[in-house]
Formats: sequence, structure tokens, C-alpha cells
Amino acid sequence: MTIVVLVKYVPDAQFDRHLDGARHTIDRAESILSELDEYPLEAALQLAEARGGASAGNRIIAVTMGPESASAAVKKALQIGAYEGVHLSDPALAGSDVAGTSKALAALIDSLGPVDLVLTGMASTDGETSLVPAQLAARLGFGQATFAAALELDGDLAVVRRDGDAFSEVIEVQLPAVISVTDQINDPRYPNFKGIMAAKKRKIEVLTLAGIGLDPATVGASGAQAVVARSQPVPARGAGVLITDSGDAGIALVDFLADQKLL
Amino acid sequence: MRNIVVFIDQPGSALGKAGKELLTFARGLGAPVAAVAGELSEAVRAELGEYGVAQVLNSNQAELFEYSIVPKAEFLAVAAQRVDAQLVLTGNSAEHKEIAARLAVLLDAGVISDAVGVVADADAGIQVEKLVLAGSYTVSASVRSAIGIVALKANGVEPEAAGSSSAAAVETVEVPFSELALRARIASRQARPASGRPELSEARIVVAGGRGVDGDFGPVEELADLLGAAVGASRAATDAGWIDHSAQVGQTGKTVSPQLYISVGISGAIQQKAGMQTSKFIVAVNQDAESPVFEIADLGIVGDLFTVLPQAIEEIKRRRA
Repeated sequence: MTIVVLVKYVPDAQFDRHLDGARHTIDRAESILSELDEYPLEAALQLAEARGGASAGNRIIAVTMGPESASAAVKKALQIGAYEGVHLSDPALAGSDVAGTSKALAALIDSLGPVDLVLTGMASTDGETSLVPAQLAARLGFGQATFAAALELDGDLAVVRRDGDAFSEVIEVQLPAVISVTDQINDPRYPNFKGIMAAKKRKIEVLTLAGIGLDPATVGASGAQAVVARSQPVPARGAGVLITDSGDAGIALVDFLADQKLL
Repeated sequence: MRNIVVFIDQPGSALGKAGKELLTFARGLGAPVAAVAGELSEAVRAELGEYGVAQVLNSNQAELFEYSIVPKAEFLAVAAQRVDAQLVLTGNSAEHKEIAARLAVLLDAGVISDAVGVVADADAGIQVEKLVLAGSYTVSASVRSAIGIVALKANGVEPEAAGSSSAAAVETVEVPFSELALRARIASRQARPASGRPELSEARIVVAGGRGVDGDFGPVEELADLLGAAVGASRAATDAGWIDHSAQVGQTGKTVSPQLYISVGISGAIQQKAGMQTSKFIVAVNQDAESPVFEIADLGIVGDLFTVLPQAIEEIKRRRA
């Protein structure tokens, strides 16, 4: 089977993250593979391995879109164990909103030939919208099951458990499908020496919009349907009062609640 | 006056707080039209009238609940087109955001999620406020499409009835569902045990426990119940199995913006801070004075939660007695 795993190169949340003041886009210095993309990759590896791995004709294609530096996300995915890597890179993609991103990814996935499963994380850790998997499924004409806490395949049926606030559901979706997974689904593996050496031999295929037959006007800043007009940093929260308990800190806590009329 | 479609999902016997908030927002922007999926009771119909809804579009087709997400998006698309809406408002739960995303594709429209406010500007049209990068920036966004889809977070506005109420006219909608809408079948659905506490992302007060509770959420839960608060947790606490994953606050859990967040035994790693730093007030109790959470706490208490919390609990009971 052919599994596409979406991977994203995102600013490392351990550092201060910034929006570019003029274009309101995210400053992409000090970026890493989105932590939440390790879970779909692990899920793909487990599914493929249970079916005989690469030698049995299974494909795991790590796919990203973004500037040149975004290749690092695909490279990391290859080190962890993805079999192939594809990077859609085109200056016209800059400023893509959810619609543009899902259009570009759908055209890219269509260009890869028949795909059984597209696996994604539950959200990117930069945009944090969780909207792309749903739009991607719509544009590909695939079934959709999201926030999978468990995933099994039964022939051409994917069986997904999804835990909401009020309900836990089991969803059965026909392949091909787009499935996003939560951080509850598995424990991702780390790249090992063998994986790192093997990744060096694997080539990352770089594609452009022309290469996947997509009109640049439909994506990027020019094709965006949602646009940001203004952005402003929120003043950093400062520390307030810090006390060390000397026997009456519980009373101080209640005094604080009373002062703020929260009792 | 522009029509604003508000999605009301299975209201049951009463309109929830989230629905009332959406209608309050919608009234400030135009004429709210309720798109109700599921059975519409007389009580809910009356409440919709009280919140300024003159027109209700209702579908109770079985497909809406037997299949996942897409049928509800197709219902909303029919509703939005029926009244030539300029805006569709949905809640911001995982399910509702995805419905908004699919609806945007169906209507070829722009979608904005995680919104904290919507204003109608005479010049610039509808402007949507949201927080990005874990609450470190506010942005003002708008859509270029003829219709906009906006998913609004809870607690953005105090729900307010319209003042004058009129009976809402109800029109039944029959959605011609597509083959694609019926791809993902809900094979089973199990209610999760109800805690009786408010829902985490809607709660006015959250009391959250972390590694420091060392398996004992008792004091956290007792304080939460006294304050009518929701119980939250750090990833360390949910990963340890001390509390259900659905309680997790943080980058890979829920983002909360309550009036008050009481952080107990949580050091405050950046992922945890990302989920709660837009709370109005933050109180932190932790043994380690170097905990990062103290950098953002309005009141920080360096101490043992197993003495501080019981004392606070007794004091609240004493003052209320």
C-alpha cells in the first residue's frame, strides 16, 4: 500500500516565535520537524511493516511544502524511517492560507499516482488550526477520519477510534482516506544510526507548482481567501507576587480569589 | 441587513451556552439565522426567538448523525445558500472546526478558526480577531470571498438575550447528501463518563494538576468543585494515567482562556504555558521556586500543594459558612 505522511517544518516552540511585521507570516528561523508529525509517521511505519515493509512494495512517502529549508523536515522523516521524500517548493506558495495549502497538497498527492492513505498530525504546531486535513480530504475526494487515537486497517476499511469530550466514537472509513492522528496513538521511534545512514542514500524529490500542474494564482498570497490585515505582539505576561509558604499560603490564595471576586 | 447563519448542533432540550454566545455575536453583525441539526424542541425554538432568531433552518436527517462531519457541512452549505448568508458561525470544537473547513470548500470560501471576536467594520467588512503562536500575537483577519466561515472560541462574549423575542419561523431542509458525505460511518458511539464539572474549554475557572500531585488529584478536584471549576492536567499527569487524556491542557491538549487558572504541581514547560497563558489570572502552587510557571503567575506560591490546597479549601468553606 502507498501511504503519504504530511510533515511540516515549524518554528521550535522552545524559542520565542515571531510574525514578520509586514507580511504577518511566521518567521521560520530555528525550525524543526513538527513534534505532532512523528505520530502519523510512526503509524505509517507500523502499518507498512505489518505488511512486509518496503520490500513487499509498500511505500511511505514523506511530503512537505514550503521554502528550501523545509527539506529538513523530510530529511528527518527519512532518518526516522520514511521510504521516500517529496518536497513541494515554489516561491508562489508563500502566504498560503488553509485553502491554498490544501489545494497545493491535493495536487501534489494526485501527482504521486494511486495513494491509499494520507496520514497527518492532529495539528501543526505553528498554525495550530487542524483545518488542513479536512480540506485536503474534500479536495482529494477521499474519506476523512480525524483525531484518531487508534487506527486499524481491515481490508480497504480504516477503523478509527476518536475520543471527544462527551463521546468516544469508532469511525469506519473506506480507503483512500485522509486520517489525522493524536499523540495518544503510539510512541514514535527515534532515528537510529542505521536509519541516519540509510537516509543519506535517499533522494528528496523536489517539485514545483508547474511540475504538479497547479496554477500559481490559486495558491500563496494571491490565492488566499483568508487574509491577515494586522498583527500585534501581545505584551509578555510578567510575574506577579511570589510568596513562600510559611504556614498561611492557603489563606493568601483565598485572599487573592476574594480580591479578584472569584470566590 | 446581512444574514448570519449560526450552527446549532443537536441542542436537545435547551440551547447551550456556546450556542447562546454565537447568537449574541451574530446579532451584533446582522440577522441571525439558526441552522439546527437534529430535533428541534419547542423550548429551543422559544430560546432561539429570545436570542433574536427570526428564521430557523432545521434538518433531522439520520445521515447527519450516522456519518462523520461531512453531512453536517453539506447541511450548512444548503442553509447558507438558502438565505444567501454572508457569514457562517460555528463553535470551535475539533468537530466544528472541521465542519467549518469542509463547508469552506463547498462554498469556495475563506475560513478562520480559533476566533475570539468578530466585528463588522463599515469599511473593511467583517474583521475576525484571533490569537496565534500560543497567544503571543493577536491578528485581525478577514475573508476575500463573498461568504466567510468563522469558528469562534468559547468565552468570547457574555451571552445576552435580545430583549424582545418573537417566535422563530421554522423551515425544514432536506439535504441531498453526496456520496462523499457517506464515506465515514460512525460504527459506534459511547458516552464518556460525565464528571458533572463544567467543560474544560468553556469553564470560567480551571484548576489543573501536574507531576507534583504524584497520582493524587484529590485536593485539585476538591478545590475545583468548591469553585465550580473544571479540572485540567499537564501532559505528565495524563501520560502517567492519573487522569483522563481529555483533561490535558497545553499544545497537544486543550487551549483554555478562563478568568482564573490555578496551576498545581506543574512546572510550566513551554507546551503547558502555551495552553493557558491567555487566562485572565494565573495562580501557581509549586515546590520548586525556579519553576517557569512563576514567570507568568499573578500569584505564585512556593510550597507543598498537600498543605496549601487543604488550607485554602478549609478557608473557603469557613468564609462561606
